[in-house]
Amino acid sequence: MILFAADTPSWMIVPVALPLIAGLFCFLLSRRTFVIALLAVLANLFVVCLLVRQLLLFGPMRCQIGGWQPPLGISLRTDGPALLMLLMTAVTGLAVTLYARGYFSYRISDPLRAGRHRQQQRYFWPLWLLLLAGLNGLFLASDIFNLYVTLEIIGISAASLAALSGKPASQRASFRYLLVSLLGSITYLLGIVFVYRSCGVLDLDLLRDLAGNGSAMRAALALLSVGLLLKTALVPLHFWLPPAHANALAPVSVILSALVVKGSFYLLFRFWFEVFAPIVTTAALNFMGTLGAIAILWGAMQAIRQHRLKLMVAYSTVSQLGYLFVAFPLSRVVEGTHIWSIVIFMALTHACAKSAMFMAAGSVYLHLGHDRIKDLDGVRSSLPVTVFAYGIAGVSLMGLPPSGAFIAKWMLLSASFASAQWWWALVIMTGSLLAMVYVFRVMSRFFVNSEGSSGKQTVALSPLLEWPALILALIALFLGLLAPWPLRILSQGSIGLVQILSGGMV
Amino acid sequence: MNSGQLLLVSILLSSFIPGIIIFCLPEEKHRLRTFLNLCGSIVKISLVLLLNVGIYYGHLFEIRIPLIPGVEILLNGDPLSALFATLSSVLWLLTTIYAVGYLEGSPNRSHFFGYFSLCVTVTIGIALAGNLVTFLLFYEMLTLTTYPLVIHRGTEKSLRAGRNYLIYAFGGGAVFLVAVVWLQSIVGPVDFSAAGFSSSYLDSNGTVLALIFVLLIIGVGVKAALVPLHGWLPQAMVAPAPVSALLHAVAVVKAGAFGIIRIVLDVYGAQNLLLLGVLPLLAGAATITILYGSIRALQQDDLKRRLAFSTISQVSYIALGMSMVDQPLAVIGGLVHLVHQGVMKITLFFCAGNLAETLGIHRISEMNGVARRMPLTMAAFTVAALGMIGIPPTIGFVSKWYLGLGGLAGGNWWLLLVLVVSSLLNGWYFLPILIRAWFAEQQGAWPDEMYSGRFETRLMLLVPPLITAFVVLIAGLVANAQISPLAWVRFIVRGYSL
Repeated sequence: MILFAADTPSWMIVPVALPLIAGLFCFLLSRRTFVIALLAVLANLFVVCLLVRQLLLFGPMRCQIGGWQPPLGISLRTDGPALLMLLMTAVTGLAVTLYARGYFSYRISDPLRAGRHRQQQRYFWPLWLLLLAGLNGLFLASDIFNLYVTLEIIGISAASLAALSGKPASQRASFRYLLVSLLGSITYLLGIVFVYRSCGVLDLDLLRDLAGNGSAMRAALALLSVGLLLKTALVPLHFWLPPAHANALAPVSVILSALVVKGSFYLLFRFWFEVFAPIVTTAALNFMGTLGAIAILWGAMQAIRQHRLKLMVAYSTVSQLGYLFVAFPLSRVVEGTHIWSIVIFMALTHACAKSAMFMAAGSVYLHLGHDRIKDLDGVRSSLPVTVFAYGIAGVSLMGLPPSGAFIAKWMLLSASFASAQWWWALVIMTGSLLAMVYVFRVMSRFFVNSEGSSGKQTVALSPLLEWPALILALIALFLGLLAPWPLRILSQGSIGLVQILSGGMV
Repeated sequence: MNSGQLLLVSILLSSFIPGIIIFCLPEEKHRLRTFLNLCGSIVKISLVLLLNVGIYYGHLFEIRIPLIPGVEILLNGDPLSALFATLSSVLWLLTTIYAVGYLEGSPNRSHFFGYFSLCVTVTIGIALAGNLVTFLLFYEMLTLTTYPLVIHRGTEKSLRAGRNYLIYAFGGGAVFLVAVVWLQSIVGPVDFSAAGFSSSYLDSNGTVLALIFVLLIIGVGVKAALVPLHGWLPQAMVAPAPVSALLHAVAVVKAGAFGIIRIVLDVYGAQNLLLLGVLPLLAGAATITILYGSIRALQQDDLKRRLAFSTISQVSYIALGMSMVDQPLAVIGGLVHLVHQGVMKITLFFCAGNLAETLGIHRISEMNGVARRMPLTMAAFTVAALGMIGIPPTIGFVSKWYLGLGGLAGGNWWLLLVLVVSSLLNGWYFLPILIRAWFAEQQGAWPDEMYSGRFETRLMLLVPPLITAFVVLIAGLVANAQISPLAWVRFIVRGYSL
């Protein structure tokens, strides 16, 4: 048998194994790390595209590693949502890799800076590749214990990345992040214990068929959810996120904000709407929606009040995550795969736009040496591309057409009108207007004509620091126009939904 | 892609591509920039004229891009979109020439002209939008592309104006979005069509549909500066004169008014609106706006602010015409005022800009005897101001004549009263300016005289207002000819079988 033919599912192993191996090489060789990482990320993107093609041609697939069958072996699977998340990670990952290269080679001639950057790069590349492997594993794994392993990989590498900048503030924040992440993992593990005690299986597909029974499963779902919510930073469990994201190095902020929180959310969503869908009650959905609504408003209000750009962007993440949860109570109204498309569009747009925004914030920080919002005058003339990227990313976050978030908001709004739950519409629109305030509060500072330069010598930024942000921002903005493609991938189905729609058990 | 679709796309690209190139040009390449701008606008005008001809002979121009079920981007060339597209593209050319002269030597010009081109692209997009979603898309884009122009000077005052502009515009956009989604959840996807949606929905959802109509009008009313949603407009006067001209005559306010027209004629349709009984609300809002704007204009000494309040007042004639949608003559008056108001107002702003740029005059009290120093500018100003008052044979008279006829035909005597009172008010705030300029003695030196050359001011500043003033006169004289805005509007109205 040919292991890697165009139609074999074995390709699924590559996105998990390749970054892992590349990370190992980066760590051991500690030279040419960027080249290794770039090759790994490019190969990852290529294989993900191949998997998408496979999905479109042959539908969802499973891959048993080593040929062991579900109750025992490790198995991976692809379906629409998983592949879109993989694609999001691969594209953002490529941009981050390029951006990080630019970031670490900024003013490399300055000896002090060079030493620090060499030290940071030494650990950045291996950790980033490890994190990438973890994320890819999370999207592909089909067993809740393997998922636990990927969650741990993600949590530990993310917390270490957050500590890289070495400043006291970031070390405090990342330590807190680590603790929260571990607490989340332990709660999650406890949930697994409940599941295993009452069902005796850990595979997601087998579980879905068994998950109809009793309070033990409810308790299990509650524990799994709390663990994941801690990692997703839904209000009121968001306290760790802003300092951790805002104090990290710019490329790390991008990774944390755009990708890491999406991983745990994705898992949570799978549990609620596929695996444990039969035991989820309307009250629970409404509860999640309410938390989401509070997150939207509270996060946006906090973002408006911040004095530092990176903190503002971090609070914006808290707010944007809320939209993902507002989809929960509306899920009963929308038919079929719609509920997936709402969260996928929201998540994809946020990933691209928030990456672009953190990249822009990072470039501004490098350029000016600070990110105080009131002193951002005149950046427009020195960093036009970055300012442009920031603006377009902001527009996407506000959910203006034609961004992907607009499509998601449109679906949310029409679901809330169709079910006469107009208060969700009110929250969504208020959130957009508040986003307008925090985006443009900064934007208008960029446009102030500074009275001569502040006398400080500034070095021109490398294109790697400016263009990846702009390209990601443009992807976020035009995602809405490209909507049929993601929808086509989604309609290939998540295995679960196809089965639910065709009448439950198969 | 057939030739009709190609035409629509190239109309949009003819300003988009120059805009993008201009962004990438270095600041000092002003010759290349001007060349690109002029090329773009001339190409655009030719293509739009081609579109007019095609539409007149009944060709179909349509592009559909489905996004998700129930949401599609629809670009559609119908007679109404051709009217707005022609107005915008012609005035864009003149404004570009004017702006090149106006901004000579000022900083950040490549950004300015880049956004300027994008702004026109978006305005044409609004003109070509064939359903509410597409309209909303370009409507929000318009806010985004004009914002950098409003705050172009980068002063604290302009930032404040820009902030207010954003709050009003995005607030309106949010209301509009909610209304659109709500409407679609009841009647399904609506394309702009002469009949509007089926009246069978009115029985079960009458109240809700009336409420949605009000929300939609609020959404576009922000840009159309209906009182009390007009607060952003006078503040936005801090922007450079070409931007004011663009906001008032070509793009923003016009986009709002155009939205009102689309909602009344193409989304709801005359029949549904008469059944719902919401038209008196629109008529009331328009009347209040007309009178309030005029009265506030009287109190302003700052020339541009007076013009701004005059815009608020004048644009509502369009809404007034739409509120009598059952009277073809009133509809003609409203539609044709879309063009007429644009040409007259842009002339006034060009002239105000000339006074400020040449002599440093910003206030009406400084204008004594200015006509002797700048006779051509003030002649253009005078023609446009007389047009605003509605003196025959200018185009302003044509608009008011049709509105009045429509009001009489429908038995709405109050309308005539509104027209008379507002014309008196118009005269009251324009005539003193003219008298000062032509007949008063100059008092002391000009505040800040910056130009002394062969002509009264730079040629690029002088020619555009002269052309538009000429149009104000001629289009009024030949209003009944085969080719005139009025003739085209009649062609539009024939399509609605009112």
